[in-house]
Amino acid sequence: MAAFVTKRLALALLVAIFVSSISFSLMFLTGDPAIAIAGEGATEADIQVIRRTFGFDRPFIVQYWDWISGAAMGNFGQSYYFNQPVVDLLAERMPVTATLAAFSIAFALLLAIPLGILAAVKRNSLADRLSLALATVGQATPSFWLALMLIVLFAVTLRWLPVSGSSTLAHFILPSIVLGYYASPSMMRLTRGGMIEALRSDYIRTARAKGMLPRTIILKHALRNAILPVVSVAAVEFGFILGGSVVVESVFSLRGIGYLAWESIGRNDFPTIQAIILVYAMIYVCLTFLADVLNAWIDPRIRVA
Amino acid sequence: MTTAYTIQDVAGPSPRTLMWRRITGHVGLMIGLAGLAVVVAVALLAPWLAPHDPYTQDLSRRLVPPVWAEAGSWQNILGTDALGRDYLSRLLYGARVSLLIGFFAALGSGLIGTTLGLLAGYFGGRVDSVVTFLVSARLALPVVLVALAVVSLFGGSLTVVIVVLSLLLWDRFAVVVRSATKQVRANDYIKAARAVGCSTSRILLREVLPNLVSTLAVVGSLEVAHAILLESALSFLGLGVQPPTPSWGLMVAEGKGMIFFDARLVAIPGAAIALLVLCINLIGDGFQDVVAPQGGS
Repeated sequence: MAAFVTKRLALALLVAIFVSSISFSLMFLTGDPAIAIAGEGATEADIQVIRRTFGFDRPFIVQYWDWISGAAMGNFGQSYYFNQPVVDLLAERMPVTATLAAFSIAFALLLAIPLGILAAVKRNSLADRLSLALATVGQATPSFWLALMLIVLFAVTLRWLPVSGSSTLAHFILPSIVLGYYASPSMMRLTRGGMIEALRSDYIRTARAKGMLPRTIILKHALRNAILPVVSVAAVEFGFILGGSVVVESVFSLRGIGYLAWESIGRNDFPTIQAIILVYAMIYVCLTFLADVLNAWIDPRIRVA
Repeated sequence: MTTAYTIQDVAGPSPRTLMWRRITGHVGLMIGLAGLAVVVAVALLAPWLAPHDPYTQDLSRRLVPPVWAEAGSWQNILGTDALGRDYLSRLLYGARVSLLIGFFAALGSGLIGTTLGLLAGYFGGRVDSVVTFLVSARLALPVVLVALAVVSLFGGSLTVVIVVLSLLLWDRFAVVVRSATKQVRANDYIKAARAVGCSTSRILLREVLPNLVSTLAVVGSLEVAHAILLESALSFLGLGVQPPTPSWGLMVAEGKGMIFFDARLVAIPGAAIALLVLCINLIGDGFQDVVAPQGGS
């Protein structure tokens, strides 16, 4: 187990370093970031000043080292647009995105697990087909469009929920439904597949033969085995939800990290963009690492591979 | 009296016939194919089908309601947008953007992912470790954010969006091709090809790749759908295809401001994206059922 964890940790670290260098070099893609910051109509002298102020005249590797060693200490530099430390901006916006992500994953699990169980227990029934249809349609619907349609229905026509903003928890209901619905199909399929396999196994047959209640068999014995891979996929989906938050936060004007990213991209605010990409990537790397270790801890066969 | 027996009477229908029957008998696949055929036809025939020019603005006829509304008329079947452009014509032309980006982005990412997957699956060892590492790194990058950042640096256009999506969506190709190649590699005919002295590139392209065609078709269709959804999201956020090009995602963004008065402007193009992606996903899922009827994983 220790060897497995060390190997995975080394891989996670390598990925983290590689990804951080990619997110840092994004701003050099078009050549000179000073020109992009100066904007149109800037003179050569302006560009020179910007180049010197932000240190773009130094070698790339020096700039990268400066940035990444600062980032490791929680210093992501100064936002060009907001003129305050990026880390303060992130800290300010993080609670909104964290709340949204937690609600979304909760909604996705609440949708996926019961439907997955129902689909597995009553295979090929109407319920199975309906939950499959729900997943298929969910994967095809653009999240921004679903968000707008839900706003029209619940916020404008029915007037049950607020349209946009993030002042109360009610503001998080619609965005969480949109993001959670998007994350649920993979979990639903895994629950269904895992339950079908579990219900086929010998220990379930034994439980049935002993005359246990079907409900006890399904919820206590089968689900316990089927749910483990779902938990680890939920960790990965959490990362995708963070990525998808850009679109949903901008539709609902939720002032979280995703909204910040959208604002910063429009303003060429590189330190903020780089920091957000780095933070999202690191969260993803940590979550997949934890999911890997969790899986290996539960199922010793994985440790060998 | 002599009875002529054909080979079919003895051996049953040929594999080709069986495959054809499985394809035509799969309801989801047929619906998906029919839907996609309609959209492709619309995209190709847009200049002849569209009742008006999709770019011509008529400020005296702004926000004309569709034909089913009281004030609507057959002149603008789906009404007009905020600039007085015929909405049906823009919708028909919008199919071109979605299909072009979906197809070429999947092609580009397919080339990258298939190459990496073939190499990793065939050579194994260190090559495999490098490709696995690249896939993990790619998965760690948030797609939408990176795509938005890159498009904003280069400026939005069809080509930029296609290139960016190609560079971001190859991971599933690489993973699936890698494991399929590993399986194919264990077959005797690969050993035989190596024994008679075939070059590695010949083995990869002529012996391994043809076995991956159905796998690639399944992943390819899913990635086409993925790319179409991403393009619509980028265009919706203003960092994809630029106005006045009729892109469905852009049309939703343009209609967003009027959503409280005229939800049609948002509902119609969004529904078009959802239906197109649904059809392509049905094809992908259906094809998976047809080529691997036992279900697989």
